[in-house]
Amino acid sequence: MSSSLTATFNYKVVRQFAIMTVVWGIVGMLVGVVIAAQLLWPDLITGISWLSYGRLRPLHTNAVIFAFGGCALFASSYYCVQRTCQVRLFCTPLASFTFWGWQAVIVLAAITLPLGFTTGKEYAELEWPIDLLIAVVWVAYAIVFFGTIFLRRTPHIYVANWFFGAYILTVAILHIVNSAESPVSFWPMKSYSAYAGVQDAMVQWWYGHNAVGFFLTAGFLGMMYYFVPKQAGRPIYSYRLSVVHFWALIFTYMWAGPHHLHYTALPDWTQSLGMLFSLVLLAPSWGGMINGIMTLSGAWHKLRTDPILKFMIVSLSFYGMSTFEGPMMSIKTVNALSHYTDWTVGHVHSGALGWVAFISVGCIYYLIPRMFGKSEMFSTRLITVHFWVATVGVVFYIASMWIAGVMQGLMWRATNPDGTLTYAFVEAVKATYPFYAIRLLGGTLFLAGMLIMAYNVIRTAGGGKGVEATIPAAAPVAA
Amino acid sequence: MEILYLLIPLSLVLALLIAVAFWWAVRSGQFDDFEGPAHQIIADDDSAP
Repeated sequence: MSSSLTATFNYKVVRQFAIMTVVWGIVGMLVGVVIAAQLLWPDLITGISWLSYGRLRPLHTNAVIFAFGGCALFASSYYCVQRTCQVRLFCTPLASFTFWGWQAVIVLAAITLPLGFTTGKEYAELEWPIDLLIAVVWVAYAIVFFGTIFLRRTPHIYVANWFFGAYILTVAILHIVNSAESPVSFWPMKSYSAYAGVQDAMVQWWYGHNAVGFFLTAGFLGMMYYFVPKQAGRPIYSYRLSVVHFWALIFTYMWAGPHHLHYTALPDWTQSLGMLFSLVLLAPSWGGMINGIMTLSGAWHKLRTDPILKFMIVSLSFYGMSTFEGPMMSIKTVNALSHYTDWTVGHVHSGALGWVAFISVGCIYYLIPRMFGKSEMFSTRLITVHFWVATVGVVFYIASMWIAGVMQGLMWRATNPDGTLTYAFVEAVKATYPFYAIRLLGGTLFLAGMLIMAYNVIRTAGGGKGVEATIPAAAPVAA
Repeated sequence: MEILYLLIPLSLVLALLIAVAFWWAVRSGQFDDFEGPAHQIIADDDSAP
């Protein structure tokens, strides 16, 4: 470890992913605003097949989950693993490959999805050549991450790294099993799933829910366990609870997927099993949420002046809300009302905007000044403005979708005394109309917040050069 | 539902791997100290030079 190459942390790859988090966040949320507008004004874009709702919707989900969320996870995991292991990221060229490889995946997705190439599997729409590239990049990611853990100079592996490690390994398995497919042609890209019918549905939602559980939860919990204590300047409330949280979460997550298939051809016992595991998940989720928020115990005053901390603590509140709402919606009788309605859309966005985007934004605000040798962001006031604009945006979004969803569910199931349906489907669509307008407003506000962030990031980065921090000579005193 | 013959064993293998990781972590002393690690990351000064 004495060569000059290993004397600094690899901040370059962290910086690249941090910047692209902001860029892809804006792109993905802009597409979201466009499709929200298309639901409000169905004739907004007609005659251009590339920009039709059915093609832009998977582009939106892929862009926000895998481009925005993915880049945030790469940046934060690479930063956290280096700082906590007190060692440079393993294999610099391979780390660069994960950056350029991941950007290539995103650009290919942005081209092929509007062209109409899709496997039709939700959150796994990309066709087989891109699936192969994802697998290669992901294996490289695992090598870089676990290689760094292996080379660590501290005996202890910090809890955040356990969460990041579980997310990396599980996503690899999920992707490989769910994307098993027989290619039939390269251009136009086309393949058939290795599974058929209800088997395919089961694999798809085993993947789909675990993607939520490990990509959008375990990964971001890793982010939370490192960046919340760092930003607050206080150790996590209970380190013991964080370890319990980790093991409880990963042992119970795997079988929640069937709750996406209630009242379908899936065997009844599988549905009930999925519901049971979903309910069990409430316990570790709330343990983690309380652990994160209580980190501020005795230092609540910091919330008054530090908007980055505001982002992080509010993200934990949304994590708590969506991990209560999720198990509740997985109960079969509740699901009978909520399934296929906009309530689901509201639930997803309470998690995706409130939890995932807020913790990512807080983390990027933490990282950007450090990546450019600055002590803080260009403007703290603008972070505060971003916080409030985004918070109001999320509230408009999820409140409108909750009301719309429950209303749709009630209208669909309403019957007259003679047994006929009270409402035609289109009447429920018409009643939803004003809520689509409120949702569009909420989404636009959230996007506006991201543009404020981009300006702040540009001004922060503008005057400074990218820096590489030197690795402290002695590892911190072992406790 | 033949797919369960794949998914259930896969879950069990994963659970076994997780159990092995847990066993290794306990045996190698990862959880001997529940206070120090939380303070160590705060002690690591990563503010810009």
